[in-house]
Amino acid sequence: MLKLRDRRRTIKSLSEELRRLMQGGGEVTVMHLCGTHEDTISRYNLRSLLPENLKVVSGPGCPVCITPDEDLQRAFHLLEKEKVTLTTFGDMARVPFEGRSFFYYKSKGYDVRIVYSVFDALEIAKESDKPVVFFAIGFETTMPSTALAVLDGVENFYVLSAHRYFIPAMEHLLSFEDVRIDGFICPGHVSTIVGVKAYEHIKVPQVIAGFEPEDVLLALCMLVKAIKNGEVCLMNEYTRAVKYEGNLKAQRVMEEVFGRDDWEWRGLGVVKNSGAPLNKKYEDFDALKVFEDSFKDFEPKEDRRKRLCRCGEVLRGVITPLDCPLFMKACTPKNPIGACMVSFEGTCNIWAKYWRC
Amino acid sequence: MDGVVEMCIAIPGRVVEVDYPFAIVDFKGTKRKVRVDLLDDLKEGDWVLVHVGIAIQKVDEEEAKRTVKLLEQIGLG
Ligand code: SF4
Repeated sequence: MLKLRDRRRTIKSLSEELRRLMQGGGEVTVMHLCGTHEDTISRYNLRSLLPENLKVVSGPGCPVCITPDEDLQRAFHLLEKEKVTLTTFGDMARVPFEGRSFFYYKSKGYDVRIVYSVFDALEIAKESDKPVVFFAIGFETTMPSTALAVLDGVENFYVLSAHRYFIPAMEHLLSFEDVRIDGFICPGHVSTIVGVKAYEHIKVPQVIAGFEPEDVLLALCMLVKAIKNGEVCLMNEYTRAVKYEGNLKAQRVMEEVFGRDDWEWRGLGVVKNSGAPLNKKYEDFDALKVFEDSFKDFEPKEDRRKRLCRCGEVLRGVITPLDCPLFMKACTPKNPIGACMVSFEGTCNIWAKYWRC
Repeated sequence: MDGVVEMCIAIPGRVVEVDYPFAIVDFKGTKRKVRVDLLDDLKEGDWVLVHVGIAIQKVDEEEAKRTVKLLEQIGLG
């Protein structure tokens, strides 16, 4: 959308401004919270333009990556127990657990369908006599679409919710001793829904940023200025898409359909109020309720193949993929071990794509 | 749509035709039907951000121009 006359010059000026701002100062660590931001930063090699004392680390901004193995196993369990059509997003379908993924089940003859949107799953349900289950992942950006699909009220359509609210995870991140955060670059797409207001209670400098390289650099300039001046403020660089109130209609449907619970995240542990189970009112569409009996003997396990995978630390921004001994050795985009290497929004996958060594 | 789709991204497109709850949106020449019931008063020519088959927010052209102007001033400085 942004049509700059001279992108190169703007990027150069912004990086010079950042150098000027950081000159002679101590180290500053900024965390961004969106896979698309990591993509912009890696694609344009923005880290190479930053002053040495300014670090931009990647946080838990990839919904596929933070979905813990337990949720995945629950979906596999349902597939094995019930004759359902299981629908999910393509990224999710490749995440392995003990070498099995949705694609593995598909290859074994199970009815797994990859969908681009929940509305595709709804269409499948309308034309089928079988129960159609949507394995729903994603943050506030994605939840309203699942909510609308539930509200459409198609009888044989069910949701297995692995949706998570993102904002509680930001507060949770600040509680880790090994995680240093001087400021957040807030996730742009989540913000279009929740609005600027959703971040006001978080007491660190924050900026909501768009996804062009100059958006990210401008947002960094705004953030670094605030950090240097000791101001705990919340700024919005992405004014073309993010309003103070956010998308109220989306917030309403989300609240109508989903409740809140304390759910686990990969890498973060249990995050208070971050889980989005279906409200009781909609239990007829809740796969957990409708297939309750099938889950009675469900017991999640640990995947021993992931023993050496350091996704958790990558998701907390404590290490970069280069610190993982498996990166581009045992673990590659073709043969991923952890979720962060599977998803296009995963930090390991993005680093593999733009790897410059 | 086949293959693997990036689920987290949102792509801007221009509204070509509105017929609630759907609209035809043009993404750099590729036209697709998407849900638009999260946005009120959508008109032909509006820019929207589309995520997993649904428009989640309008893109404000005035604000976009303001950001471009600001960035260009920085570029000249
Ligand atoms: S490179 Fe692979 S094994 Fe290492 S942290 Fe990333 S996903 Fe896990």
